[in-house]
Amino acid sequence: MRIALFITCVNDTLFPRTGQAVVRLLERLGHEVVFPAAQTCCGQMHYNTGYRREAQRLAVRFVRTFADCDVVLAPSGSCAGMVRDNYPRLADPGSRLHEAVSALAPRVVDLSELLVDVLEVTDVGAYFPHRVTYHPTCHGLRLLRLGDRPQRLLREVRGLELVELAGAEECCGFGGTFAVKNAAVSAAMAADKARHAADTGAEVLCAVDNSCLMHIGGTLDRQRAGVRVLHLAEILASTEEEPASL
Amino acid sequence: MSGSRERILARVRAALADVPRDERPGDVDVPRDYAREHGQGELIPVLTDRLLDYRALVHRVTAAELPGAIAAALARRGAARVVVPPGLPDAWLGEAGPVAVPDRPLDVAELDAVDGVLTGCAVAIAETGTIVLDAGPDQGRRAITLVPDYHLCVVPAERVVASVPQALPRLDPRRPLTWISGPSATSDIELNRVEGVHGPRTLEVVIVAG
Amino acid sequence: MSATFVGMPAFPAAARAATGDAQLRHNLRKATHTIRDRRRAVVEELDDWPRLRAAGRAVKDRVLRHLDHYLERLEEAVTAAGGRVHWAADAAEANAIVTGLVRATGEREVVKVKSMATQEIELNEALAAAGITAYETDLAELIVQLGDDRPSHILVPAIHRNRAEIREIFRRTMSEWGVPAPDDLTDDPAALAEAARRHLREKFLSAKVAVSGANFAVAETGSLVVLESEGNGRMCLTLPRTLISVVGIEKIVPTWADLEVFLQLLPRSSTGERMNPYTSVWSGVIPGDGPQEFHLVLLDNGRSATLADTVGRQALRCIRCSACLNICPVYERAGGHAYGSVYPGPIGAILTPQLRGTTTELDASLPYASSLCGACYEVCPVAIDIPEVLVHLRERVASGGGHTAERAAMAAAGWVLNDDRRLGLAQRAAGRMRGLVPRRLPGPGAAWTDTRDVPAIPAESFRDWWATRERGGGPDARGPADGRGRTEGGR
Ligand code: SF4
Repeated sequence: MRIALFITCVNDTLFPRTGQAVVRLLERLGHEVVFPAAQTCCGQMHYNTGYRREAQRLAVRFVRTFADCDVVLAPSGSCAGMVRDNYPRLADPGSRLHEAVSALAPRVVDLSELLVDVLEVTDVGAYFPHRVTYHPTCHGLRLLRLGDRPQRLLREVRGLELVELAGAEECCGFGGTFAVKNAAVSAAMAADKARHAADTGAEVLCAVDNSCLMHIGGTLDRQRAGVRVLHLAEILASTEEEPASL
Repeated sequence: MSGSRERILARVRAALADVPRDERPGDVDVPRDYAREHGQGELIPVLTDRLLDYRALVHRVTAAELPGAIAAALARRGAARVVVPPGLPDAWLGEAGPVAVPDRPLDVAELDAVDGVLTGCAVAIAETGTIVLDAGPDQGRRAITLVPDYHLCVVPAERVVASVPQALPRLDPRRPLTWISGPSATSDIELNRVEGVHGPRTLEVVIVAG
Repeated sequence: MSATFVGMPAFPAAARAATGDAQLRHNLRKATHTIRDRRRAVVEELDDWPRLRAAGRAVKDRVLRHLDHYLERLEEAVTAAGGRVHWAADAAEANAIVTGLVRATGEREVVKVKSMATQEIELNEALAAAGITAYETDLAELIVQLGDDRPSHILVPAIHRNRAEIREIFRRTMSEWGVPAPDDLTDDPAALAEAARRHLREKFLSAKVAVSGANFAVAETGSLVVLESEGNGRMCLTLPRTLISVVGIEKIVPTWADLEVFLQLLPRSSTGERMNPYTSVWSGVIPGDGPQEFHLVLLDNGRSATLADTVGRQALRCIRCSACLNICPVYERAGGHAYGSVYPGPIGAILTPQLRGTTTELDASLPYASSLCGACYEVCPVAIDIPEVLVHLRERVASGGGHTAERAAMAAAGWVLNDDRRLGLAQRAAGRMRGLVPRRLPGPGAAWTDTRDVPAIPAESFRDWWATRERGGGPDARGPADGRGRTEGGR
């Protein structure tokens, strides 16, 4: 299958390893990945901060860039959620943009949806001999309704021990500009999340969104908690021959 | 004051400029596909379970056993003088036993001085463990079930329904209604439920079936 | 309650102070987690919950879209049942009406049932100014009133107090207001409830005037509905001669039958019970039973303005269950006072700026008091999309005055992001600077680095890596690792 990759601006700029892992994983499974070069950003930060016009412009660009693709993978739960849930609100009902968004949005998926629902695979042949806990990010949980798809994928990874995270469904406190505008509350939320992660005894905390992982990971590092953070793609791309580096 | 009436209504109408002029209230669709009841089990056992959960005292008796059960409950409580509504069935309080104080009406101080109150009910709701009083002849006005610290309530089985949606059509909201689910309680201290604040601190229920 | 919210700092500052208060954090965490679990259990018991929720939402939308119609029906029905209806455009008018009605009775004391509307208009303060004492009778309200405190939760206004603190407040102040606390008062919740019972009993038994709110007003029948737990509501609604109910204009439901939805949604969402201990329903005046004089004061106070906003309007569906507060991770850590209003938590963050406007720094900061995690929307029994309204209100704030620096930054970011070449250039520039990023950032960046490490900037963006790979370049087509190594996994 030909899969269009919407890398997202955060992954593109700060976490290229996640994108590289996605490419490696999908090509290993026999699929073709394309990367439309005109892509930039979904506009989530602008939208969530109250800058609708800027977000709208980015939505137009997104739709133009991906309109012809059968399936668009966004390896970031919040960006996929932005397109699916908020793009329809950005466009005036009946407008050309609204029509285009309605047609495209359902084809935009997160990595776990792509694998489980579209490609119908849970065992991707990965090997990752570590103790892992999974943090369901808010957008993955409540916007995309990923359910237990990520855990089903993780459970099939050879060598991986999946342990439960207490208070898993609670937000890590990132929230985009919230992390800076309300830094004290954001940090308090992250500290609790980090504590729960450390309490699991896991070596790795995994999620489907690098923004949240940047927040939790930054806190874990500051606390020297000894728990690393990794995007789901990097664990699933990991094999005995080419293990993910911790 | 009527100035504000017109002003508020005008502001509301102006605020609703987006609502089509010919739209009627009934045009706003309300999906009614929720359950009429939840099939949580047989009515009397479910009602009993819910009442016990609220820490009410519950008994189940036959019609013939009712006067004896009432007398026994009042004796256990040590209630010598109990207020009764004007239409309480005579048979409920046998010959002997406690003194029934009729509501003449009683003033608040007199109500505060009795040992309890004995009433029937209009409806009981099994799923939620709720007893509804509607000031009917066997229940009386609202104050008599409020001021005394002990409420003994008789629930005939035919007045038990499964659910809230089944209860409402049986009730007339033009009558004063009191829905009672257990003894008075509060969750205001650390969100722990504690029974017994201002309303009757003890609720005893006698369900009459068969 | 003499303390008010006037002059409060903006949310972030007040919240920062609250996060440092270990006792408060502990009290709130314990209380909110207890009630969350209880709510979840009784909601899961009803397999038709999503359908009840959809019905609740639709009934409220029907009322809001035809509010003028229903207000007139309600007035008619209440009047026909022997009540008198008053209309108050704002807080001052509502307070004047109530004060006038109490004065007309010749009484100087009123007992009160917990009501958000009367807190919103600061009725107690207005009555006090007129020489009338209002006694709060709900246990939590009593704790707040005796402690000269402010409410911090819409259901349990004293949620920020634990049992030891409550005992202290009772022992110190009950004697100033009436029956004192017993000398041997312990901090056992049952003993504290008993002390409240003894303190208030003489007030109930002698009160001539009561003031209440209402959870619902039925337009069809003119019936008012009050849900409560302790019996203080029944006392106030039953024993006094005169009853004055102050009710927001959005509290209407069309018909008696519509309550079948809300009497299921509200108790389970609110206290996490299948049903609350007491619910009272009355229509006008009932001869020989209860108050023989009944006044309904219909309160606008910003509601019609809220109604005018087609996105923000949904906030008026709120039935004040407080489920959104109890689930909210921000409320749990910031506490209710930080929201600077009687409506704290997620609902407060969307309601206060609509009722009061966004002209003060505090009110303008409220739409940002959320990480947009969506938990509030998920538990809301009338499906208010709180994140949607938050974002909508942020737009309103951002397009108003101020926010100049942010607007400029957002515009700049928008400019870069709206062109893939510009984005590529910016990434390469950042990549060259990567070694220069300090561990702790100055200025606004410090808000992040005070508690969190910054991710290392990779030498090469994904975009550049892909381009190289497409050209068939580079022996290692998997490209360089990003800079995660620098902070040992930090992102
Ligand atoms: S917004 Fe919804 S959840 Fe929050 S108090 Fe109102 S009804 Fe309850």
